[in-house]
This record gives sequence, C-alpha cells and structure tokens, in this order.
Amino acid sequence: MTPPNAGKTGATEAQKAAYWKANIRLLLSLLGIWFVVSYGCGILLAEPLNALSLAGYPLGFWFAQQGSIYVFVVLIFVYGVLMKRLERRFGVED
Amino acid sequence: MTKTLIIPVTTLVTGLAVLALVFALGIPPLSTTGLTYLFVGVSFGLYFGIAIWSKAGSTRDFYVAGGGVPPVMNGMATAADWMSAASFISMAGIIAFAGYDGSVYLMGWTGGYVLLALLLAPYLRKFGQFTVPDFIGERYYSRTARVIAVVCLIVISFTYVAGQMRGVGIVFSRFLEVPIDWGVIIGMAIVFVYAVFGGMKGVTYTQVAQYCVLIFAYMVPAIFISILITGNPVPQLGLGADVAGEPGTSVLVKLNQVLSDLGFGAYTDGSKSTLDVFAITAALMVGTAGLPHVIVRFFTVPKASDARTSAGWALVFIAILYTTAPSVAAFARLNLVDTVAETPYEQTPQWVKTWEGIGLIGWADKNDDGRIQYGPGDALAGKPEFTGETGASGERQVANPNPDTANELYVDRDIMVLANPEIAQLPGWVIALVAAGGVAAALSTAAGLLLVISSSISHDLLRKTFTPGISDAQELLIARVAIAAAIGVAGYFGIHPPDFVAAVVALAFGLAASSLFPVILMGIFSYRMNKEGAIAGMVAGLGFTMTYIVLFKFAGVSSDYLLFGISPEGIGTVGMVINFAVAYAVSRLTKTPPLAVRELVEHIRIPSGAGAAPSAH
Repeated sequence: MTPPNAGKTGATEAQKAAYWKANIRLLLSLLGIWFVVSYGCGILLAEPLNALSLAGYPLGFWFAQQGSIYVFVVLIFVYGVLMKRLERRFGVED
Repeated sequence: MTKTLIIPVTTLVTGLAVLALVFALGIPPLSTTGLTYLFVGVSFGLYFGIAIWSKAGSTRDFYVAGGGVPPVMNGMATAADWMSAASFISMAGIIAFAGYDGSVYLMGWTGGYVLLALLLAPYLRKFGQFTVPDFIGERYYSRTARVIAVVCLIVISFTYVAGQMRGVGIVFSRFLEVPIDWGVIIGMAIVFVYAVFGGMKGVTYTQVAQYCVLIFAYMVPAIFISILITGNPVPQLGLGADVAGEPGTSVLVKLNQVLSDLGFGAYTDGSKSTLDVFAITAALMVGTAGLPHVIVRFFTVPKASDARTSAGWALVFIAILYTTAPSVAAFARLNLVDTVAETPYEQTPQWVKTWEGIGLIGWADKNDDGRIQYGPGDALAGKPEFTGETGASGERQVANPNPDTANELYVDRDIMVLANPEIAQLPGWVIALVAAGGVAAALSTAAGLLLVISSSISHDLLRKTFTPGISDAQELLIARVAIAAAIGVAGYFGIHPPDFVAAVVALAFGLAASSLFPVILMGIFSYRMNKEGAIAGMVAGLGFTMTYIVLFKFAGVSSDYLLFGISPEGIGTVGMVINFAVAYAVSRLTKTPPLAVRELVEHIRIPSGAGAAPSAH
C-alpha cells in the first residue's frame, strides 16, 4: 500500500506517522489556550475577573469582547509557523 | 504580492478620488442622499468592472477561482465573505443593547477561525476538490452522504442568505429612500451580474474590493466617534479610555452609571445564564468552522500551508472590525441615552424622526408629558404598529404600547450602526460611506452563499450524482442557471423575512455546527468513521437542532420548556454532541470503511504531494 506520492517527497511511513503525532500534540495545546481565553476567562471566570481592572476595562469583560480575539489571531499564526517547521523536520513540505 | 495589491489599491484610489472630488466641489451642492447615490454608485461600478475583468472560463474557475488565489488576498476575500449584514449592521446594535451578553457574537464569530485553521482548512485544501459535499461524498464513499450534505448545505445557506438580502433592503430603504422590497430587488440584480458571470473568480475579486469598502466605512465613523467621546483616535482603546472632560471615569464606568440611573442592569454584567452563554458561543464558533461558504474559500489557495496562513489573515482582517464593534456599541448606547432620555419629543434631532418615518423607531407617550422616558423592558408589544394618526407632540402614533413598563421608546437594534454617524452628528459623507459599506457587507456574503448553493446543485447533485455524463461546458451553464435561481429564492426570503437579521443568521450557525462540522472533522481525524456513522450523525444532528429551533422560534412553545435553559441560538452545541455520539456508536456497530478510504485520509493528512486526492471510488 504505497501512498500516491511517497516517492516524490521521500518521507517514510515512520516520518509521516511522527509528523502526524507531533501535529496532534501541537494543535491540542493551542486549542487548550483557545479554550482557556474564551470559555475560561471570557465566560466561566468572567465574574471574578471583572473585579480586576485592566486600563479601564473590567478584565473578564475585556477578555469576552476584545482580548480573546487578539489571542485567536496570534494562535493561528503561531500554528502556521510551527507547522512549517514540523513539515521541514519530517520532510513533508508542500 | 503585486497581484494581491491591485484590487485594494484600485479600490482605495477610487474611493479617495471620489472623496477628493466631493470636497473639491464642496459638500453643499450634494445632499446626504445625493452623496449616498454617488458612493454606492461608484462602488457598484467598481464591482461590475471587476466582474468583467474576471469572467470564469471553466468549472474550476467558477467553483474555486482556478485554485491560485494568493493567501493574503484570500484572507481579505474570506473576511468580506464572512462579515455580513449581521456583522456590519446588526452586531454592534445588538451588543449596544445586550452589553456583556453580546460577547457571544464577538467570541463566537472569531473563535471559529482557530478551529478552521487547526482542524479543517489545510486538510480540505489538500483534498483539493470543489465543494464541501465533494469531501463528504468521497470520504464516506457514498452518494447518500453526498446528497445529505447537499441538503444540509442548502438549508444552512438559504437561512443565512435571507438575512443578507434583508440587510441590503434596510440599507437601501433608509439611504436611497426606496421601499425595503425594492432595495432587495436592486441587491439581487447586482449580485446576479457578477456572480453569474464571474463565479468564484468574480466573487473572490469583488469580495476583496468589498472588504476595502466595508472596513473603511466601518472604521471612519468609529474613529470620529471615539475622538468625540474619549479623545482617543483608536476605537479599540477608546472603550477603556476616560470620557472626554471627565478624567478618572472610563467609558464603561460611565455607561454602567447612566444605565443604572435609568433602571437597567450594568452594561458589563450579563443577564443570560453562564451555561447559555457557553452554549451559544460554542454553537457560533463550531458553526463558523462548518459553514460551507467559508470552508470553500480555502479551496481557492495554492497549497495546504497557504490555507493555514490564509485563515490567519482572514482573522486579522475580521478582527479589525470585531474589536472595533464593542467600542462602537458602547459609544452608541451612551450617545443614545444622552440624546433621548427625558428629552421632549419635539426637541429630538432629525434622525429620530427619519427612522421613525420608516418604522424602526416608535415612541408611545405613556404618561402624556411630551418627553421620552427611556428605561428597561419592552416599550411596545412587538414591533411598532402605527395608527396612521399624529400624536400630541407630532409623533407617529403607536397602536400597540406595552402597558406593563414605563419605557416609552422602541429602537430597532438593526439601526444602531447606520444611525450612529447621525447620532454623533458626523458630516453627510460619512453617512453615505456607511451606506456603501453596509451594502458591500451584505452583497459580498450573499454572493459567497449563492455560489456554494449553485455549485452544490450543478456539481454535487447533477455532475456527481444524477447526470454524470454532462460535459464541463454544460456543467458551467447549469451552475450559472442555478445561481440565478438561487438569487430569486433568496430575494423572496429577503422580502418576507422570518426574524431580525442577526437572529436568522445565528440559526444557520446552529445547523452548520450540528450537521457538517462533526462529519468533516471525523472524516479527517478518524480512519474508522464510516458512511453509516456519518449519515446517521448528520441526520440526527440536523434533525434535533431543526426541531428544537422550529419549536421555540416559530411554533411559539414557551421558553419554560427550554432544555437546561439553552436558547435556540445555542442548541447547535447539543446537536453537535448528538451528531458525534450517534456517528461514533453507529460506526462501531457497522463494518470498517474500505482500504481506499484509509489511503485518502493518509493522503490529506500529509501536506506534501499533488493537490488533488486519489478517488476513493
């Protein structure tokens, strides 16, 4: 069972499996951050965090209306960069 | 990079040239309505120009713009595709009245891009075909699965497009002073021209121009208002800044004060249950990632890694508007209270009367003092119904005041962004700009939606299922006919809308979250998921969610019977869990998928190799 492009890229089955495993680990940790800033800070912990103030904003409210969005943007670019690195390491670049 | 810049630069240069012309001629010769015609007219001219320049020659052009759109440009097109009349017109208005509760839209409609970039986009790009049902049909080696996916897609996209057409109608009726229905028809005609001829190619390039128009139109008044209220030109920061002339009192503190003086709850606190907020946010996020017209945008970039970067850029362009919206919301609420609370009706500014004129503001002088009392609770029983008579203060007399509250003022949430420049007394050209932006937002999304509807009919239903023998040229013709028909149906929904613009849109997310997202995700991350599981999951998820929404939104079942108090907007989250659970259970009880599917999944997981996947058939 040879994948259609194995010859072209030179990545072995083991490398592909390792790449996939590393990808899963990376995306789970980034999704963890995604969950904590939005559902955690913005919703579940919003009330206690509102007691703290960040430059005029109650902190929970800030996470819910602006902060989480900034974090989302950063997460996607971090994923893009780290994945590029993984792909080079395992020889599976597109 | 030069290719990426052509359209934004052309758009901005054209826009600035028009503005320069307006200033050179002096504003007085043109009324605000005249300016609006000018701005909207010029933007339409631009969209037509792009449509002619980018005519689609093949089905690959028509469905995925030839697959060669640069990632930044695709990000911009995705942002316009994504940001609809609901984002542009309704969202800040909803937040203005809901305060913290409005956060569900801010987080929900952005957080989904993280899911898209990490879990779906690169793999679907590597799969490399034309539509979302394509993936489901191939991965689950089943025509039935493909047809069910088409049904889900059509239900979702029509629900969504109805809201867009309504948005176009509202903008036209207010700014061009035509009836809402005519506004809808004009909007249909415009989309017809560039979507039918240009397909995905035309839609992509017009969306880039539309993004430039809409973001400029959104930011200019926001910056002005932020300067007026706080002295800070960055609206994102204005929300936390001190109110001008009142050092030590931030906008949010001030807003909490004035609202509590009027008897409202604090702006920064919620009134929905935490579970409900959680469910709605999750349904919107997952729904975003499952919306076919968004997913398909990532089929247009050259490579899998481009799909990731492109999702990042899309979110950057979206975040510019989405982090401004909460500021616009807070400023608008503050301005509204300042302008109307305890003001004699006769002294209210012109915008109150203008919007009252088209029935989106209504005032019932319950205590006959000639002043507007503004407070919590519904002022009227539903939307304003006018008696046709003029009241004692010169207002349009309302036939349906709600006797249970002291609140006398009904303000339709949809008008806040559109009325904001008038409320803040900004010059006429800003108002005209907002009109052009609102139209751009609604049209760009409508075009994207209509396109996925037509491609699912011509490609998935006809070419791949019922009439496999047709040629490429025939398929292209059918796609054009299908999009024209879809525009007609969408227009009908625009003229006969079911609910508020944003509420209609929110339902589409619930349906996407509960039907398409789970099966696409399992199709990538599980080898074991088979056709029986996927079909059962989609049917269960969509069926449950649809039933719940119909019961509580349309059949009028009392909200006392809500499941754990989760509102219809959030039920997609439960539907998604049901989809996953049913699909898992059914797949374990039925046989494993064929070996070819395993190869397909292996192929899409690895970025290297050719763009198009091997067929599982």
